[in-house]
Amino acid sequence: MILVLIDHDRGELDALSLRALTAARKLSDEVHAVVIGSAGAGLSTIVGEYGASVLHVAHHDGLTDYTPAASGRALVQLVSTLKPEAVLAAGTPRGNEQLAHLATILDLPMAAECSEITLGNPHTVVRARWAANLMEQALVHSELLIATVLAFAVEAEPSPVSSVVQDFDAVLEPIDLLVRILGRGGEAAKSGASLADAKVIVSGGRGVGGPEAFSLLEELASLLDGAVGCSRVVTSSGWRPHAEQVGQTGTKVAPDLYIAAGISGAMQHIAGCKNSKTIVVINTDPEAPILAYADYAIIGDLHKVLPALTEAIKATKG
Amino acid sequence: MDVLVCLKRVPLAGSTFLLTPDSRDINTEFLGFGISPHEENAVEAGVQLVEQMGGTLTLLTLGPTEAEEQLRSQLAIGATRGILLETDGEDWDPQATAAALVDAINAEETKFDLILFGAESADSAGYQIHIRVAHALSRPIVTNVKTMKIENGIAQCERAVGSVRELYETTLPAVITVRDGLNIPRYPSVPGRIQARKKPIDHKKPESHVPKLEKVSLSVAPSNSTGAQILGNGVDAVPALVDVLRTIGVLA
Repeated sequence: MILVLIDHDRGELDALSLRALTAARKLSDEVHAVVIGSAGAGLSTIVGEYGASVLHVAHHDGLTDYTPAASGRALVQLVSTLKPEAVLAAGTPRGNEQLAHLATILDLPMAAECSEITLGNPHTVVRARWAANLMEQALVHSELLIATVLAFAVEAEPSPVSSVVQDFDAVLEPIDLLVRILGRGGEAAKSGASLADAKVIVSGGRGVGGPEAFSLLEELASLLDGAVGCSRVVTSSGWRPHAEQVGQTGTKVAPDLYIAAGISGAMQHIAGCKNSKTIVVINTDPEAPILAYADYAIIGDLHKVLPALTEAIKATKG
Repeated sequence: MDVLVCLKRVPLAGSTFLLTPDSRDINTEFLGFGISPHEENAVEAGVQLVEQMGGTLTLLTLGPTEAEEQLRSQLAIGATRGILLETDGEDWDPQATAAALVDAINAEETKFDLILFGAESADSAGYQIHIRVAHALSRPIVTNVKTMKIENGIAQCERAVGSVRELYETTLPAVITVRDGLNIPRYPSVPGRIQARKKPIDHKKPESHVPKLEKVSLSVAPSNSTGAQILGNGVDAVPALVDVLRTIGVLA
């Protein structure tokens, strides 16, 4: 049996967790899911649709927000009773962190961001290094495999089963809740659609030149029901909020269309957008590194090309 | 306030990677070395804290003899001393690395109030050494911190992951991992560089371990694209792009 940690934020599912469920189903016919905190109980239907026959729900008054150390402790408890062959999670900062606590408490290895997993003795994995520019073939010497699934390496495939909920009370140590949350929110994305779910992302980099010209990107994004993204230099310069940053250190995205305007393509940015189905580059520099990863490019000034594109799309929509 | 920052010597790789003939490592023949990007922010944060509150800033790294270069260049920023856990140059797996760091920390007379890491290493990206160190020292840990305020033995940290920002509070001593944007790392001054040559670095040889996460080989990840098709120059290329958007179904 494979146990998959389903990550959620106050009951809101992290969609990458469904991909981890599919990765688990490729390893075993029996897949269980676990959510940390009572707010996750509402996810039983969706995890059933993606093949988890049981959703374990860890309950504790302290498990209302993200408390990775407590997640690790609750997972240890569940693993000791269920004895799964592997514990998987999505290869996100939160997935990696919660399973690292599990692995640490059990003093077992953890393989982060795996694109391939084969159970055995030892287990073999292929995992991402260098912002997924290099892949590492590795052996995991441990009976229980603890691994996270590289974002977008596996497509989520529905595989409906009837799912039952099994509640358990998490028994935590005082140190697990020593880090207290004081507040959250503050700086949300400016555009309507969230980056993680958007089918179209219009993203801007240093070449946009300043915060004002982002209105060109906003207009095009809203016309295509998409979201605005940006590179690290843009958030570092304070032009756009952190929530819009695409990259290894921001959000990893995989939309149908990614328009990169004025983005040269640093390695850490490419790591966040290279899984997009189609990448279109608008850049004055025909030698920009991002062209090597893109499907189409217009060599030109985004300040002229974007308004012309917006007008042309408006014309097609009548 | 006594601060410890953990560092890692990594090659300054560009966007293309050449591997060694045995495919076990990056060919670094033509590459320089530095530390992982977020770690520069960790050192800067440590220097600022010691400037404001007094105390010491110690740097700790596990790596080959040459990692002394990285310790020296960060000592030039304002750290007090360095500890180099010398390896034979092979990668150590996360458990072995964490165990060696913990042994070195426990061997120190100084009981560090704050242990800082970069949010992730540029090369191996294992996402766990900081957590293993925190557990071994029975300390709370906050990760991915983008703003940090330390007052009266309490750290308030804003964590930024994806679209959510959360404000956390923890008591010291603690382990905190920081990321770019926390501060602007300074460049070393000339006097700083000269002083750094004389600052003490302890060399230790940690006991090696059998890896439980064992690297077999590396390969360069295949690119999804074979390079962009150029649709044209400037606004003249817009009609061709509209056609592309129709073909991929973004436009009806």
